[in-house]
This record gives sequence, structure tokens and C-alpha cells, in this order.
Amino acid sequence: MNQILVYGFGNPGRQDDGLGPEIVRRLELERLPGVITDSNYQLNIEDAVAVAGSDAVIFVDAALHVDEPFAFCRLTPAREITFTTHAMSPESVLALCEDIYGKTPPAYILAIKGYEWEMAAPMTEPANENLEKAYSFIRALVQKSSLQAFDECAVSSGCLNTAVQ
Amino acid sequence: MGRKITIEPVTRVEGHGKVTIQLDPQNNVTESRLHIVEFRGFERFVQGRPYWEAPVLVQRLCGICPVSHHLAAAKALDVIVGAGTEGLTPTGEKMRRLMHFGQMFQSHALHFFHLVSPDLLFGVDGDPAIRNVIGVALMHKELAVQGVMMRKFGQEIIRATAGKKIHGTGAIPGGINKNLSIEERDEFLKGADPLNIDKMIEWSQGALDFFKDYHAKNTEWIDEFATFPSSHMSLVRKDGALDLYHGVLRAVDNDGKKILDDVDYQDYLQYVGEEVRSWSYMKFPYLKSIGKKDGWYRVGPLARLNVCDFIPTPLAQKEFEIFKAYTKGKPNGMSMHMHWARLIELLHSAEVMKELLNDPDLQKDDLVTKGTKVKEGVGLIEAPRGTLFHHYRINDDDQIEMANLIVSTTHNNEPMNRAVNWVANNVISGQAEVTEGMMNQVEVAIRAYDPCLSCATHAIGKMPLHVQLVDGEGNVLDEQYK
Repeated sequence: MNQILVYGFGNPGRQDDGLGPEIVRRLELERLPGVITDSNYQLNIEDAVAVAGSDAVIFVDAALHVDEPFAFCRLTPAREITFTTHAMSPESVLALCEDIYGKTPPAYILAIKGYEWEMAAPMTEPANENLEKAYSFIRALVQKSSLQAFDECAVSSGCLNTAVQ
Repeated sequence: MGRKITIEPVTRVEGHGKVTIQLDPQNNVTESRLHIVEFRGFERFVQGRPYWEAPVLVQRLCGICPVSHHLAAAKALDVIVGAGTEGLTPTGEKMRRLMHFGQMFQSHALHFFHLVSPDLLFGVDGDPAIRNVIGVALMHKELAVQGVMMRKFGQEIIRATAGKKIHGTGAIPGGINKNLSIEERDEFLKGADPLNIDKMIEWSQGALDFFKDYHAKNTEWIDEFATFPSSHMSLVRKDGALDLYHGVLRAVDNDGKKILDDVDYQDYLQYVGEEVRSWSYMKFPYLKSIGKKDGWYRVGPLARLNVCDFIPTPLAQKEFEIFKAYTKGKPNGMSMHMHWARLIELLHSAEVMKELLNDPDLQKDDLVTKGTKVKEGVGLIEAPRGTLFHHYRINDDDQIEMANLIVSTTHNNEPMNRAVNWVANNVISGQAEVTEGMMNQVEVAIRAYDPCLSCATHAIGKMPLHVQLVDGEGNVLDEQYK
């Protein structure tokens, strides 16, 4: 793979909601070859452009209903927008990408367990512990630069092609 | 046995809205209300923090319009640091304006292409499985590509002026912390097709033409849906021009008579009050000179075009003249014309960005104005959804001791309730069966106002959609989670 996009989303001003952008911040400092990064408060329609230009994409988000410390799942495009608002889900960004560009790269989500979402700066201690484990995981994973390795990780997480609820 | 229809939260609006429609045994509507759980914790959260942190702190409020909060806070702090409301350097003010119009452009584009076009292209009672932006991409690819690229262009303007996409730092008390490099400027002026300003202007005009064509073919629906008289309020430039960044407050009634004119927004508390009603967490603002009962008003694109005298860019002015002629110069009370007004502002925003990008002041280095500090300041900006107030007072230790925010969605609380009430009475009441298409029309009415609630926390699992039907005795008849 020439280019893996790691896209963290969430609001760092809302406690554990900042898990995704924090992963990206750390990766940016390391400047790993073949890894490009982006982050924003929420995903939106323009993100289909960056997704289309990469060989694989890993979305990183905080999640409420996953086991500690995180889940790593393969995503499939989802054409239905069920409860989206101004923002979009990773699956719907993939579907938009597919409709516009006629293709979508293999896509995954690293969903890190979070606990609190109030307007306070620091993440909770348990979320910080999950962050450390998740960062070690994704750092090693992107350096393998292998879709087979990505899929094996998703299988071992028990959620290949299963959306995180 | 009567029943109650509950939609919670409203889809394609942020996650804390709930609509209840109470029906009697004959399915006649007896009451309809839009409940919005407005986040009011920010004022307490910011107390005790150094004032200069406010423009960054406020971006915790919302992941949809952080730039508007960033700039409104910075404008309030301009007053506190002694720069005043009109004392910024040319570079400081123009960089902020570029940031603001970038935000306006991407927000209006998103609203039209992502939230509104599905209803227009597939019909309000179309198949909900494709009645979304992905369906638009599937069936009308060119339109979807334009929406994606216009959003991207606006986001890149924000990145270049605010410094970054999350928690931007561009606006600081008294000015700005960076100018625009020649390289950045040229990327926006001469970027590879389609990401350049001329293409953005062309596509803005195209979106407007699309709406006007739709209006011509669906005149009755667009003109009648959720239409009601109201007053309107917004900023205008001192000469009456549309100005989304700075000016004076003006309000007009349904006949166009000025209720407020040339009001310095530092004095807003003399003119605007907020009423609390027992059934809603969100306050109901009103003009004090008229009173609580009839003093409510609309804000946002429709209000702005009703309030201003002209638009100071040529293409948008031409469209404004067509818009005004449609109601013979009188204020326009048609909720669906909010989309028309929003698209005229989209075109205006693109034109303003081009003017600013060609202005050499953006490359100068005089970024900050300093003055004599005072203890209190009010910032006001026309955010994409309407008028946004930020008001701060500091203590002797430079800590914020009081903050008051009135956001656009709060100003539009009563109008959105009126719009929901219109749909309840004109679409749902008396029908034997309440269909998905009817329910969607409730959302169509709300979406016209493009409300933005406290929405930044969006982690997976935090935003379920809950639809509940309850009879008059409180029994749940039907329930859906999405």
C-alpha cells in the first residue's frame, strides 16, 4: 500500500470524545512513511475526497458500547443514513465515495472505549489507559502496511464487516 | 383515546431535539411542540478562566459552527482589550472576514446539498432509503460532487485562516495571529479545477438557479408550506447593506416597519429579553419594545434579506432584487424561501471571498490592535443560522466572571415551533394514518431553519433516534429506534 489514511474525529473539548484526534496528533509527530492523517470534529461529505485518494483508511473514534480497551473492525459502505445530522458516519462517507468516484478503499474503524463526554478538558483516566493500548496497536498495524494484517486484526476482534453500534 | 406522536431526536438536526404532536381520538391535532434541550452549561464552565482563552474554549460548544463561536467571542474580547468594535487593523478584520465567509460558504453549501436537496429531488414523501445525500450522489452525481467540493473549499479557507480545523486559534483578542501567504492565496484564486474561487462562484449561481427552477415548478408548495407572518432581526452595515460580520442591529415587523434601527449591539440587553416557558429547556427571546407575547422574531438568511436594503456584491445583488420583487418589497414570511435566501448568501459569500483574496491587506503584518482594557464586552456576528451574541465580563484578575450567549437556534425557537404547528395542523391533523412522509414534513419545516444544537459530542452510540407513539393514557403504541 502506498498510502494509508488515518482519520480521527471527535471534539477534544468534550473529554473522551477527543480520543480519535489524540491518536492522530501522536501519529503526526512520528511521521511514519506511507501514513497520512487528518482529523476534524465530525466526518462530513468532503471527507469522501480524501478517502478516495488513499489505498486504505482507518477511522478512529471514541465509542460508548465497545469492550475495553478498543475494537478494530472492517467497515462496509452503508447507503442508508438513519439518524445522521449535519455529520456523517464512516460507513456513509464510504458510500458517498463509492457513488462519486466509483470505488472505495478498504476501510476500518478503531473504536476506542470512552466514558465521559462533558465539557471538561482532560480525558478520563480509564480512557487514557485505553488510548495508550490503542495507540500501540495502530502504530504497529500501520507499519505492517498490509491489508491481510488489517483483516486478521479485525477477525481477531470478532468484527470483520460488522459495524460498531 | 387520544395519542401522542414523539420524534426524538429530529433526524438531520442535531441530537437533542424532540417533537411531540398530541392527537385526539379523531386524529385531530390538539397540541404540537418542538422541545430542544439547549446546553446552558458553557456560561458556568467558562467562569474563572482567563479571558484570552475564550475564543478557543467556545469551540467546545459545537463541532458544526465552531468558527462562528470563535469569532463572536473574539469580537467581544476586542472590546475588553480596548480595540473596540471597529478598531482592528485592516489585515485583522479582513482575515477574520475571510474566515467567516469561508464558514458561511461551507455551512450553506452543506445545508443545501446534504440536508435540503434530497427532499427536493426525491420529494418529501420519497423513499427514505435514498432520500439523503448518498441517494443524491447515486442519482444526481454532478450535484453531489459540487456539494462535496464546495464544502472542501470552505473548510480549506477555514484551515488557512484559523490555523487548523479543530480548535482554531486564528482570531485573538484585538486581531488575528496570522496573515495569508501568497501561496495560500494563489491556491484559492488559481487552484486546479474545481477548487478555485471562480468555480465556487459558478457553482453557487448554479445551485441558486436549481432552486429557482424547482420553485417555478412547485410554486404552490414552496410558497405555502409553513408560511406565517413574523418580525425579523439581523445585523446590517450602517448604510443598510447586508453585512454578516459587523454592523448595527435592525429589526422589522411583518410590514417592513422598523422596530429597531441603528442599534449598537453593546446595548442588546436593553432591546432583547429571554422568556422561560415551563415545557421547554430552551428560552424564547423577544423584543422588549413589543413584549413577550408578540415580540418574537426570526433570524437567519430569510431575516437578513428581509432586514437589509441591498447586498454589496453584484451577482448576489441581482438575485436579491429578484427575491425582493417576488413579495413586492415586503418582508417574506415563507419558511421554504429560507433556502432561496440561503443560496443568495452562498453566492454573496463566494463573491466576498474573491474580493478578499484579491486584497493585498491580507499579506500585511499589522495583525493586532492594543488599547485600554475595560471589564465588559459584547460580540455579535451573523452566524450561518442567524444572529449570535457573546457577552463577557471580567474581574481584576483577568478572569471571566460572567458570560452570556444567545445562539441563533434560540432566537428561532418560537418560529420553529410555529413551523411545526403549521405542519401538524395542515398535514397531519385529521388523517387516518400518519405516514413517514407526513412525519418527514415536520422535519422539513424544522430543517428550513437549519438549527444547530449542542452537537459536538457524537461518539458512536451517543445519538440514537427514538420514535414513540403514545396514546392519551400514556400507553406506548409503537416504538422505533434507529
